[in-house]
Amino acid sequence: MQDDRQQLEKRTQNPTAECAGLVFGEQAAPQGCSAGGNGRMGCGSGAGRGDLPPEIWEKIRNHPCYSEAAHHHYARMHVAVAPACNIQCNYCNRKYDCANESRPGVVSERLTPEQAAKKALAVACAIPQMTVLGIAGPGDPLANPEKTFKTFGLVAQAAPDIKLCLSTNGLALPEHVNRIKALNVDHVTITVNMVDPEVGAQIYPWVFFRHKRYTGRDAARILSQRQLQGLEMLAERGILCKVNSVMIPGINDEHLVEVNRAVKSRGAFLHNIMPLISAPEHGTVFGLNNQRGPTARELKALQDRCEGEMNMMRHCRQCRADAVGLLGEDRSAEFTTEKVMAAEVRYDVSARRTYQQAVESERMAKAAAKQAELSTCSGKFSDIAIQVAVATKGGGRINEHFGHAKEFQIYEIGTAGVKFVGHRRVDLYCQGGYGEEDVLPVIVRALNDCVAVFVAKIGGCPRDTLQAAGIDPVDRYAHGFIEQSAISYFKDYLEKLERGDIVHVPRGDGAIRQGAYVAA
Amino acid sequence: MAYKIVGSQCTACAACEPECPNNAIREKEGTYLIKSEKCTECIGYFDDPQCVAVCPVDDTCVIDAAYPRYQASA
Repeated sequence: MQDDRQQLEKRTQNPTAECAGLVFGEQAAPQGCSAGGNGRMGCGSGAGRGDLPPEIWEKIRNHPCYSEAAHHHYARMHVAVAPACNIQCNYCNRKYDCANESRPGVVSERLTPEQAAKKALAVACAIPQMTVLGIAGPGDPLANPEKTFKTFGLVAQAAPDIKLCLSTNGLALPEHVNRIKALNVDHVTITVNMVDPEVGAQIYPWVFFRHKRYTGRDAARILSQRQLQGLEMLAERGILCKVNSVMIPGINDEHLVEVNRAVKSRGAFLHNIMPLISAPEHGTVFGLNNQRGPTARELKALQDRCEGEMNMMRHCRQCRADAVGLLGEDRSAEFTTEKVMAAEVRYDVSARRTYQQAVESERMAKAAAKQAELSTCSGKFSDIAIQVAVATKGGGRINEHFGHAKEFQIYEIGTAGVKFVGHRRVDLYCQGGYGEEDVLPVIVRALNDCVAVFVAKIGGCPRDTLQAAGIDPVDRYAHGFIEQSAISYFKDYLEKLERGDIVHVPRGDGAIRQGAYVAA
Repeated sequence: MAYKIVGSQCTACAACEPECPNNAIREKEGTYLIKSEKCTECIGYFDDPQCVAVCPVDDTCVIDAAYPRYQASA
């Protein structure tokens, strides 16, 4: 099995055409994306390989959470084996566990390591593009080390081609780094919201460390010191480390630029700044204090500022700790413990490999189409950049009906190239039993910063509503590749501007919907 | 003397179980219980009762008034 894996890796090692894809900032990145490089790094995790060092690219190219290019094609699963936590965050409340709840840290079912391993195999057989098994909670994986590492051990034994990763607050990280290395865990994510205890005291009411509860600045100081030490230890051992940060306006929004510098200098290869999820019905301290989350524009502005320093991740869905499937979909309901334990599972690595090879050819076709489209608009220059929203089911294609879309992907296009900048959820969200909002105004608010929305199909009524809001509904690229279509649309847009057919009006801000993604 | 867990508040996260120096905490029917006869309030082990210090929900691990305060043997 190990041989199969190596062969597959060899076959995919050639830099694909996608790697040459044009992304903002890529040309201006002479130094590479490696930790400590000083160049601008708006590359790698974006549309393709960019100028990531080959060994890092090889590790992340099929990881949906780490590579934007991969998240269209590959799936992940989280197993909820780690309920305990060793810190308290003001954006988290462990008490509520409503079936309609959809935030990170909330799950509907907890698993034993044995159940989790069987579930991983069952999912890997049913979803051949499932390449990654992560443990992210619902508490902290390293506050439950025995359960976490036992799960990894069982999965590694039964399915060595599945990559393992974990996500931690970092408090217990230093004492577990060697075990993480020994178990061949490829990726670790640390949530770092501050490097200044003054800021930290507003985010963390307490930490439990070495048999004692610490509060206030002491708690934040200990946590920060442990996070940064753990990060350095991972980097020394060659384990890829991503940093997540929750953007909390008025508390750490400005400070995250400093966090970005601190984690970059210690070897993090990717930074994921996520919006705070906060609503009174979540029962969190921030929710009850009416602490707001950022708007789409505020979030993008901060991500853009930090992008000058290191790779930014923008496709995070803030999934639940028991999510299954492609990012943006959740198939966990198909794999309940009851169903999984009753099923007979035969792990077939060759079927998975065949499927993944088909995905690779699709990825190459997509990249080639984008290159071809880009070459037709060489020589055009404009200061204008526009954003378009895309309804997609995955595969990097415009293949979702407007009315069925639970989220839209947002792309920014200018003469410098096309760049994925985020996603907007528009699924109906349980409002604590007080009924549901009409979805069309929600979509218009969410896509307010886009000039167009690309769909496979759209009905007459939403078409009129979108047009009235100044958003162009576009179905002429149905089933086409997203990036190729975006460039083609932008070319038309510029031509229309030149002819005076249209006037470019800067768009407003978009709304970020609250709650982690779960397609119920 | 002993601590007890308020069952209606317990999230069954199990954080307390491995912290207890007396192995007094067990799961029972989806919630966690402290065996009163084993609990020493962590006296002689730690400055603070560990279940109280690690529990994510305030006022969930509380003094059980049904038992006299624990006296460490001299």
